[in-house]
Parts: sequence; C-alpha cells; structure tokens
Amino acid sequence: MLEFSNVDKWYGDYRALDGINAQVAAGEVVVVCGPSGSGKSTMIRTVNRLEPIQGGVIRVEGRDVHDRGCDINALRARIGFVFQQFNLFPHLSVRENVMLSPVKVGGMRPDEAEALARELLEKVGLAHKIDAMPANLSGGQQQRVAIARALAQRPPILLFDEPTSALDPEMVGEVLAVMKQLARDGMTMLVVTHEMGFARDVADRIWFMDQGRILEDTTPQAFFTAPAHPRAQRFLSDVLRTDDVTGAMVPAGQMAPAAHAARCAA
Amino acid sequence: MLDILHQYGVMFLIGSWPNGPIGGFAATLILAGLGLTLSFPIAVVLGLARLSPIKPVRWAASAWVIAFRGVPLVMIIFWAYFVVPLLTGTTVPAFLTALCAIVAYESAFLAEIVRAGIQGLPGGQTEAARASGLSYAQTMRHVVLPQALTNMLPSLVNQFVSTIKATSIVYVIGVNEVTFAAQQVNSIELTHALQTYLILAGFYFAACYALSQLAQGLERRLAQRRLGLA
Repeated sequence: MLEFSNVDKWYGDYRALDGINAQVAAGEVVVVCGPSGSGKSTMIRTVNRLEPIQGGVIRVEGRDVHDRGCDINALRARIGFVFQQFNLFPHLSVRENVMLSPVKVGGMRPDEAEALARELLEKVGLAHKIDAMPANLSGGQQQRVAIARALAQRPPILLFDEPTSALDPEMVGEVLAVMKQLARDGMTMLVVTHEMGFARDVADRIWFMDQGRILEDTTPQAFFTAPAHPRAQRFLSDVLRTDDVTGAMVPAGQMAPAAHAARCAA
Repeated sequence: MLDILHQYGVMFLIGSWPNGPIGGFAATLILAGLGLTLSFPIAVVLGLARLSPIKPVRWAASAWVIAFRGVPLVMIIFWAYFVVPLLTGTTVPAFLTALCAIVAYESAFLAEIVRAGIQGLPGGQTEAARASGLSYAQTMRHVVLPQALTNMLPSLVNQFVSTIKATSIVYVIGVNEVTFAAQQVNSIELTHALQTYLILAGFYFAACYALSQLAQGLERRLAQRRLGLA
C-alpha cells in the first residue's frame, strides 16, 4: 500500500531523513514513535508531498508519488491526513468542512455528500454537532471532525501526524477510541504518536525512529518487552516504567498501580 | 450655509445634468464605485501573483505595485490624461481617464492588503486544503481567500474610504464631480468659500461614514457566523 525506498531528505545541510526503507501493507496499522526531532512528522508529511524529498522513491498503491505523470490532487484525495493542530476550516460549519472534499474533488452531488457527512459524523460520535462551527467545539471534538473530514475522501490509507499531542489528557481518550475503531474496521493507518498504550493495543507494527533513521521495525510485543537497539531501550525506559507489583508498563507521569493502591490504603 | 445648499444643492448633487454630463456627488459616487468594483478583482489577482512561485509572474506583479505606489495620484492622473489617448488613438473622455488612473492606483494598494491577508493565515489551512485534494485554485477560492479577505476587512475599508476621497483630485483634468461643482459654486459666490467647502466636506463625510457603517455591519455578521451565533 505504502512503500519508502531509500528516502533521503535534507533541510539545507541538516539531514532530516536518512535512507528510510519501510512498507505498510494494506490493512496494517503502523505506529511511528521516537524522540523529538527524529524525523517522524517529516517522514509522514513526505508521503502526500507536503514536504519534498531529495532522494529515494515513495510509492502509494504502487505508484511513485513524484512521477511526472502523477496528478498530485488525485493522489492527495486518496490519502487521508489528520493534523496535530486539527486545521479545520473556521469559516465553514462542521457539515461544510466534511463535505468540501467529496463535492469539490470527488465530484459528489451535494445531497449525497451531506448523507455521507452525516454517516461519518455519526461514526465519530458527533452527529449532533453537524451544524456547529469549529469555534464551538472542544479540541477533542475538532479532531474527531478532522478525522471524519479525512474519511469523507474514502481513502484507502489514513496518515495521522501526532493527532492527540495538542489535546488535554481527558480528550485524548475520545480521539484514540475513534482511531481504535477505524483500526478494527480494517483501515490502513500510519500513525505518528507518543501514545504508547495505543501502540501496544492496536498497532500491527512499530517503527522506532531517531535522527532520521528507522532503528526498529518490529511487532509491539517485541518492541515493548525486548527492544534491540540501545537507543530504543533508553527511549522506553524514559517513557515507560515497570510497575513493581503487577509488572505492567506504566507511562511516565502516571502513578504506578501498586503505589496508587498503597496511597489509597494509607 | 443652508441658503447655499438650497440654491446650489442640485449642482452639488448632479452637476449640470441634464444640460451636460452627469456631475456632482452622483459622479463622485459613480467614479468611486466603478473604481472599487474594477480595482478589487485586479488587486486579488495581483496579490496572488505577488505570491506566485513562477518568477516572471511575481516580478510583473511586483513591478506594477512598486510603480503605482511610488507616484502621487495626481501625477498618475496627469500622466494618464496624456498617455491614454496615445495608446488608444482616440480622444478619451476625462471621466474614463480618471477611472483608469484610479483603478491602477488603488489596485496596487489593495493588492498589498490582499497579500497581507493571505500570508497572515496559518499555514495549516492551506496544508489541510491541499492535503484533501483541493487544487491551488480551489484552495484559494474556498479556503484561503474567504478567510484572508474577512480578516483584512478593516484594511480594505480603509482603502475604499481613501478611494472615495481620492476622487476629489480628478477635477484637475476637468472631470465634473462634487469638488469641481464646489469650485464652480465658489467662483459664483466668491465670498462664502468656507461654507461652500464645508458643504463639500459634508458630502465626502456622508459617503465615507456610510461605507464605514456598512463595513462594520458586515464585519459583525461575519464574526457572528464564525462563532455559530448567526
């Protein structure tokens, strides 16, 4: 479905992507994680040419995205992209936001597009907000509308660029729930995220990146229990802690279950 | 002042029509109205051209803006008075000459306002629009320009008001509008210059104030629509 072959990207003298070689098969959910500045967001943005590349080939559905004959707008319509900052269009209602691409790009009739918009907003749990403006919505609601907007393109693949990083912790759950449902429905997804719980529960594979390179490309099971690369080991020890009693991995910043139980008993 | 208005009111309002071309305040409004309706679309195209990745397009638009912003309007009007007949080969009525000069002059300023509006939008808007498959033209039409122009409404109204007042200069080539009418009244009256010109100021103020109020109403409606209160 998606293939990176020796992809290189430079910002002037700074090497942002260094020989990226990886594939995402149809129906797979791949999570990309890594420290800040590792090139995760840059990599995902090269797929639909929001960022140019200086070397290598990126193929979506077998077609080279930088091919001269490639219609960039038709290609982008086949790729759903969800941004960290939501990027809803504030001058359009929720309904109009979701309908814009199917009508203007897909050539769908407005009444069909409206029915599609209703169906997708129902799916993300926001059917009652169809007439609202983005300014009336919370962050989590805006991001769910953004997901519905991407789904309206009926794309075979969805790209998520840190979809929950700009949300406060209470809203992260509602967006992750929508993403988990999409994964269960068989959508091909490439997700850049710091949400390790989501990665462990839903991902088919995890790519760990650092300094523009993919250092690990394994199953979540392998990654969380026995990461091979020392940089990955250091990343996981910073991000997760093992709870003393239950042995469960707890994200840093949360209280370990044993400590929490002790605190409640005291 | 009231008797001047009573006596020459019609001259102020419509000049010597129907015994001559339409003049006075009506002509001012027509000139300003046409000037704005013609220069604004040109300005949007110029503003977009200033941001084009195609070098010749960008340079041509920049040259236009720099040229027309760098010269006083009265110079452009004089210059147009001599150049336009040379270009077209026929005699051109002063009104048309004045209109061309005003359109060229205002389009330069409005183009920069449009460019500022476009550049002031968060980059994520263009990215989200392009990422969903919208072409450059569709992105501009449906996402960028509606927001950019709404954001720049105060600046645009500023320039529109300035245009209405700029039409007062065209009397130098003999266009019969309200300043010309005031001068005619003054040359008849001779001793009531202050009152005559106060009446003239009153006409301009009425037009500019009406436009400002209209714009304020529009701004309020647009803001309420964005908040879902409309």
